[in-house]
Amino acid sequence: MGESMPLWWPLVLACVLFAIGAYGVLVRRNAVLVLMGVELMLNAVNINLVAFDAYFRDVMHGGQTLALFVIVIAAAEIGLALAIVLRVFRTHGHIEVDALRELADRDEPSADETGDRLDRAGADRALADRADQPEEAR
Amino acid sequence: MSWVQVVFVLLALVAVASALLVVTTRNMVHAALWLVVTLGAIAGIYLVLAAEFLAWVQVLIYVGAVVVLLLFALMLTKAPTGPQPDLDVARTVPAAVVAVLVGALLVATVVAGFSDVAIDLEGTVVGSAQSTGATVFEKWVLPFEVLSVLLLAALIGAIVLSRGDESAEVPEAARRGGR
Repeated sequence: MGESMPLWWPLVLACVLFAIGAYGVLVRRNAVLVLMGVELMLNAVNINLVAFDAYFRDVMHGGQTLALFVIVIAAAEIGLALAIVLRVFRTHGHIEVDALRELADRDEPSADETGDRLDRAGADRALADRADQPEEAR
Repeated sequence: MSWVQVVFVLLALVAVASALLVVTTRNMVHAALWLVVTLGAIAGIYLVLAAEFLAWVQVLIYVGAVVVLLLFALMLTKAPTGPQPDLDVARTVPAAVVAVLVGALLVATVVAGFSDVAIDLEGTVVGSAQSTGATVFEKWVLPFEVLSVLLLAALIGAIVLSRGDESAEVPEAARRGGR
């Protein structure tokens, strides 16, 4: 019978992996674990692309090329997403996605930044005083 | 069952089982390591489906780079290495229901649509580096170039996002300008 396989096997595998990834995205609280669920979903889509590529016996392998592009886009996405996660961790101190109530960039930074800004303001004032002093002395 | 089918079923079982462990384990680092198993099994499935180059790209980018990035993120966010009781939200059951419904809908659709067709892997053209490269640089050149711009934008965006506060910026810029 040759080497053949029902087309719906890889498709069902892709669907199951997609559902598992969706469950992970919905249920996880840690942002990095949510990203793992996203990775599972992207891989499920790639299995679909490769399965249909094999089914159509495409000599130019359009499906595999598209899967390659999806992998590259996923790599870009994970890089950006982890940068955002680290930024959120730096500003909030945690990355629990259900505890992040505000995502706006407000002007109420954490304590050390406030102290830094106060210090800088104080230094500016001292500089201004020092600049003023000779004026008055003269 | 031919050997191709046996190998496929085994790889699929490994992929599904380890994917379930990724989304259910109590230990964050273990989740990343189970993700390695899942992605490796998917690379094996690509090999079965005659996508040789894609399988190695999967191993290099996903298993090599993405999982390392995830582990770095876990490390930099001070993720505890032991088992954690509160990794999941309280409403686990609705999430599971939604996921099962999504899976059932998709499985029903593909089985209804493609239950009577088979992939013929006999004498198929394997997607080697040569054929994939020819396709990418002959037929898909424009998307390829757009993708390189996208990668550059993502790189710059990641640098901008992960750059420190303004006081840390100045020496960094000075160092870059001096080079």
